[in-house]
Amino acid sequence: MDWHSIFDQARTDVVFLFPEAMLVFFGLATLLTDFLLTKPQKSWNALTAMLGVLLSGASLWLLVRPATEHQTAFSNSIVIDPFFIFFGSILLAATALAILLSVRYLEVEDEQSGEYYGLVLLAAAGMMFLACGNDLVVLFVALQTVAISFYVLTGYLTRERRANEAALKFMLQGAFSSAILAYGFSILYGIAGSTNLELIQRAVQQRHADFPGADLLTFLALGTITAGLLFKIAAVPFHHWAPDADQGALAPAAAFISVGSRVAGFALLLRLFLTVFWPVNLDWAAVLAVAAVLSLTLGTFAAITQTNLKRLLAYSSIAQAGYILLGLVAGVNRDGTLHERGLQATAFYIFTYAFFSAGAFGVIILLRQKGVIGDEIDDLNGLIHRHPVAAVFMLIFVLSLAGVPPTAGFVAKLLIFWSLLETGHPYLALMGALYILPAVYYYFRIVAAMWTTDGSDAAQLPLVIGVTQKFALTAAATITLAAGIFPEQFLRFAKYSILGSFGL
Amino acid sequence: MFFFSEHHILSTVLFTPLVGALVLLFMPHGLGDLQRKVANAFGLLGFIVSLPLLWKSKSASAEPFQFIADASWIPSLGVHFRLGVDGLSVVLVLLTTLLGAIAIASSWSAIQTREKEYYILLLLLQTTVLGVFMSLDLVLFYAFWELMLVPMYFLIVAGGSENQASAAIKFFLYSLAGSVLMLLAILAVYAHRGTFDVREILLHPFTAQDGHVGNWLFVGFVLAFAVRVPMFPFHRWLPDALAEAPAAAALLLAGVVLKTGAYGLLRFSVPMFPDAMWKFRSLLVGLSLIAVVYGALICVAQKDLARLLAYSSISQMGLGTLGIFALTPMGLYGSVILQVSHGLATGALLLVTGILYERRGTGLISEFGRLAKPMPKLAAIYAAVTLASLGLPLFGAFIGELTILHGAYEVRWYWAAWSLLGVILAAGSLLWFYQRVMFGAEANPANTDWLDLDRRELALLLSLILLSLWIGLYPTPLFRALQRPVENIVSAVHPEFRSTAHLRLGTSGYETAARTPAPKPTLPTGEAK
Repeated sequence: MDWHSIFDQARTDVVFLFPEAMLVFFGLATLLTDFLLTKPQKSWNALTAMLGVLLSGASLWLLVRPATEHQTAFSNSIVIDPFFIFFGSILLAATALAILLSVRYLEVEDEQSGEYYGLVLLAAAGMMFLACGNDLVVLFVALQTVAISFYVLTGYLTRERRANEAALKFMLQGAFSSAILAYGFSILYGIAGSTNLELIQRAVQQRHADFPGADLLTFLALGTITAGLLFKIAAVPFHHWAPDADQGALAPAAAFISVGSRVAGFALLLRLFLTVFWPVNLDWAAVLAVAAVLSLTLGTFAAITQTNLKRLLAYSSIAQAGYILLGLVAGVNRDGTLHERGLQATAFYIFTYAFFSAGAFGVIILLRQKGVIGDEIDDLNGLIHRHPVAAVFMLIFVLSLAGVPPTAGFVAKLLIFWSLLETGHPYLALMGALYILPAVYYYFRIVAAMWTTDGSDAAQLPLVIGVTQKFALTAAATITLAAGIFPEQFLRFAKYSILGSFGL
Repeated sequence: MFFFSEHHILSTVLFTPLVGALVLLFMPHGLGDLQRKVANAFGLLGFIVSLPLLWKSKSASAEPFQFIADASWIPSLGVHFRLGVDGLSVVLVLLTTLLGAIAIASSWSAIQTREKEYYILLLLLQTTVLGVFMSLDLVLFYAFWELMLVPMYFLIVAGGSENQASAAIKFFLYSLAGSVLMLLAILAVYAHRGTFDVREILLHPFTAQDGHVGNWLFVGFVLAFAVRVPMFPFHRWLPDALAEAPAAAALLLAGVVLKTGAYGLLRFSVPMFPDAMWKFRSLLVGLSLIAVVYGALICVAQKDLARLLAYSSISQMGLGTLGIFALTPMGLYGSVILQVSHGLATGALLLVTGILYERRGTGLISEFGRLAKPMPKLAAIYAAVTLASLGLPLFGAFIGELTILHGAYEVRWYWAAWSLLGVILAAGSLLWFYQRVMFGAEANPANTDWLDLDRRELALLLSLILLSLWIGLYPTPLFRALQRPVENIVSAVHPEFRSTAHLRLGTSGYETAARTPAPKPTLPTGEAK
């Protein structure tokens, strides 16, 4: 291959990088344009950042058609398939929500700056690469990009001691988990002699055929990589960073980290498990089932006693991750083939989770007013009188988190239970269903607070809400309701993302 | 007319309250009485649009369900928006729209704060209950079933007090605990039958041939309904909920929400799982018999009007489930008639409670006494509804109780004898309560200068009493409407009855049935199952 053909190839390939390139470009641009803006103008940075997200979304839209043909680029190191389109759009939507929710919050906090938006966009670019990476090196670099941006975002409020503590904890544990993950990647490289996922898949398949039964080396790779990824999605027993990070970080950053880390983590988890570990699926289903059960149990029962809203949502998100993991468990039939409905359920759950979880954080973000921190349950007291629309939005998100119709969470949980029953896991389904009860109990503490008449002093103040926040919350609530009442299109999208990419 | 055509009438009935709720939602605050008027208009409209069901339904139709509306809702899951009714549903739908309208009308002066939200919740609750009675798709049914909890929760919690919050969450969690198991059971039904269509599943019920599956699914379905009825060990939520809810919400809770439980038993548990039904019958009958007497005994000790009604409802509902689980046509007829008359009579009693509460701010019996003097009209009405509720002849509850006792007697004489004990006890405590409130030893000085019933209150209560009287005096139309559904249920679960059923239940409903001598103590073959 001479230089010319490489150049030609790169020129066509570069189109496939546009979604990420836009994010990186505008992320760096906010860092530069920040210097041109005076202090009152700083909120314009958000506009630049939103422009980047929109252009990235447009480029993703242009890739929809190539994606159906399963394109690869840059010597097979990234892959453009429906799976990428699906997770890319969730990630961009989550990024957009985070930016829209941030503007007024940073204004109140008096911390408006270009770096914040730059970091959000760079993290988003990293997450997009996690969704399309087809090569261990690309994936690892993307993971680190995301992780480092997240550490800084967590500790963004340097004057806040809690934020510093959370960032340090997050970083130490994150470095630990990345090391374990890298160890697992190196074993995979050792097995296949290549960093390309397709080649690794073939090698693992070969090994599986050569060593029927227990193959320690693949199992070690499976175990270490699972541990690393469970950290990213904050599943038990690798969840310790999540409550601290969510409570310590700025509320909009917490929303972004909580949702983004899980969506991107699940994207990577799904891709690795559906390609590389697909031959040894019986083992991974068992491993994930254990993690799911632990996450559900701990997340649910720890959330009951919380009084801080961000911490409560952090624990409830751990339980949500447990439900999504249950969906993955239901992605495999007893005979080892992949189960369509289970994977569809997982994808649908992740899609809708991004919206209703970000929405719930969004209402907490609204509570931050001049002189009011507003992240305790008591701060919600009497919200129905202060701002009825915000209270109803919160109700919608909370019902969805709990899985009550007519919201997206109900359809998502219904699908998970259904596929668990179909794949012969009635006890897991029963457990998942029964855990709804304590979940309703703690979610309805939020609802009861909003509907009480006696509010604290802070609760008497009027609630000032920014235009962008209104827009973001309305969008999130609309999707949560739409996916609950008319889920058909969302279900098709979820199915297409899995079937079109892994062709069961 | 489009809205009343064969395929659209059910949707019209279902969505009228929802449209009302949406209209109210977009009405600005501060329009004075306009919101009240709009809410009342939609309540009344909801009742009026449901009336054509009365004369349009053909009891002779070959299809068990009529007015089918069927649209694909979630094609990739095989879930349909499928509505349809039989005689049983029509009776309960009309009860719901009637009590819905009355509940809204009764709130005119009782609710003074945040009336807009309040009316929206009442209308939403009405829609979800109607949805439960009409759904012929299991997932749609479940969605309405669980959705019902949300407006009910907020109706209870709306006052904002600590007690209300705890009563509301208690109600929610009790109901949900049963429901989540039913959700799994519904999904398992799909796994075995490949459809969510209720009609299909009723055609292919789960029998002993399906092995243990039928038993498990039966348990899943029955638990959800038993909590809602409520049956004996699952009843703890009802007294708190009834005591804490505002009068109109309590009226809807006791009047129609409880009925969804019995409806579920009649529509799903019994005919879909006949063999499991027989297996669990003695347990369920036992629980019903306990409820009848237990509820009545607790009644005697109550100090609060609403709690008294809660326990008398538990007792009456125990009688209702006894009628269902007797699995004889008489028991089933009686059970439905008792449900309807309980809705009317207890609804009226709850309204009276609400009126007392509105004037006095409490429901504690110790605060009342000699009310007959300042409020003669209320005393007369209260006497009438108490008598209607405790099953005096001429009133609907009497017909219901008599028919149930008949049905129970057909199976085991001591079932009837035991439950008669409960009926008498409950009647006694209701009367004793009445005596203490209206006459009593001494008048509470705070109660002397009360206004008697106004014209609106009088009209609402009288309409309930007249309907109850109508059922008591001329129940034939009700029997006729229920004949097909009852026959279908009995033939599904008790095929031995089928051969003789049309002989005894003939064509003209109650008269024929009543004159026919009671059948020989039911067939041993049926019992042996």
